[in-house]
Amino acid sequence: MISYGNHRFPGKLFVVEGTDGSGKSTQLALLHQWLKAEGYPVFYSEWNSSSLVKDTTRRAKKRRLFTPATFSLLHATDFADRTERDIIPPLKAGAIVLADRYIYTAFARDVARGCDRAWVRETYKFAVKPTVAFFFRAPLDVAIDRIVSARPRLKYYEAGMDMGWADDEEDSFKIFQGRILEEYDRMVDEFNLTVIDATRSIERQQREMRRIVTRHLKKKKKAAAL
Amino acid sequence: MKVKEKVFYGTPLPGAEREPYSGKLIVIEGTDGVGRSTHITILRSWLESRGHAVLDTGMTRSVLAGRGIKEAKEGHTLGRLTMQLFYATDFADRLENEMLPALRAGFIVLTDRYIYSAIARAVVRGADPAWIRAIYGIALIPDVVFYLRVRSAEELVPRMLNSGRGFDYWESGMDMNLGEDFYDSFVEYQTRLLREFDRMSGEYGFRVLEATRSIRRVASDLRRAVARILDEDAEAVEDVTPVEAQVATSATRAPGQAMVTRPVERQEGTAER
Repeated sequence: MISYGNHRFPGKLFVVEGTDGSGKSTQLALLHQWLKAEGYPVFYSEWNSSSLVKDTTRRAKKRRLFTPATFSLLHATDFADRTERDIIPPLKAGAIVLADRYIYTAFARDVARGCDRAWVRETYKFAVKPTVAFFFRAPLDVAIDRIVSARPRLKYYEAGMDMGWADDEEDSFKIFQGRILEEYDRMVDEFNLTVIDATRSIERQQREMRRIVTRHLKKKKKAAAL
Repeated sequence: MKVKEKVFYGTPLPGAEREPYSGKLIVIEGTDGVGRSTHITILRSWLESRGHAVLDTGMTRSVLAGRGIKEAKEGHTLGRLTMQLFYATDFADRLENEMLPALRAGFIVLTDRYIYSAIARAVVRGADPAWIRAIYGIALIPDVVFYLRVRSAEELVPRMLNSGRGFDYWESGMDMNLGEDFYDSFVEYQTRLLREFDRMSGEYGFRVLEATRSIRRVASDLRRAVARILDEDAEAVEDVTPVEAQVATSATRAPGQAMVTRPVERQEGTAER
């Protein structure tokens, strides 16, 4: 089995990461539009989207069957299906793959839930190493405000209610997101994440993102010309 | 029964730290069609007649992932990595919600396959042996693993046909493009699985039982071996206090059992690739 960092595909993989409410999905959608307009073959893939695993996840959430370990493993299963179906084939075909959330989401959430850091990383060893992994860093209060004001009610696992940190969903969510952000910060150096300041204007963030992406696409075009 | 501190192969599940479990974990392993479920049924009723509470479990029986795996298998579109992780999810769910609670409560847990079948299937499909072992590091080291062995894949064919099941897509390894038809593919796939089991036999200390003998003889071997394990415990309880017993077992059954042998297996796996 090929492991993280060893994949060699002609395509490019750009991923966005960050806490809920950091604005990463908006940024990825804008990047997607732009790349399509530029004429690149682009494939978009999002977290928790495997049709094989979807029913199991939905049922487990509804019936609250998850523990931190099974939450982690079922999401890894979902991600494996995405990797085998949505990520590796387009990369082999030379396309640009855009991923909304990637393995770092699992590393942040699962470790925040008490899973062993090394064990979770080992589980995802099969993942393709991204060309660039953008981390949209928003201060905790900003992200929480965005989410709490946008949603009528936080979901059970989203709020980390399974961990029993707090009785109130909003309090629990804050604790959970705080732990997640800590894990993200730790990963910046470990995985060489590209940090984008998510407090700046949408336009400015997008300009920065496009500049970085362009650099990698140019390299690709040059290589092809040679 | 004596309270023994059990040990995990690698990184335990969050929250499942080392603790004394008064139950016993007994594994019946073997490839498809060797009679595992028959022997579990026989063993179970014998154990219950001796007054032991028994929980039996097996692959894809979890509340969480059992149905999902079966549905995914029906579509024949389950990718290799996805399949391995789906099985791991199923295992973790049963470990946390069935096996560990039952062992805590002093049950004898009889499991139809454990992590070894999952590892064999993954490795045969090209997974990194170290990767799949690390994932299954969450598993508790069983009290005993009985491996029902057949010598060759050909021996399995009449057993399967006689049972009326016929050739199954996944048991024949049809996802791996190994042969022209179900028969060829089955023989090749099962041969590879048997090779993996043989490799694991030393690593994990399987007790090998020749499965081609009559059901009666295999069952009586199993009973005798299980009785010995249970009796040893009964005697030990009279000799030492539970606290001393715990100290003694944690010293002799350190996770070294897995860790010492694992690098060897890793080397083999690397050489193979």
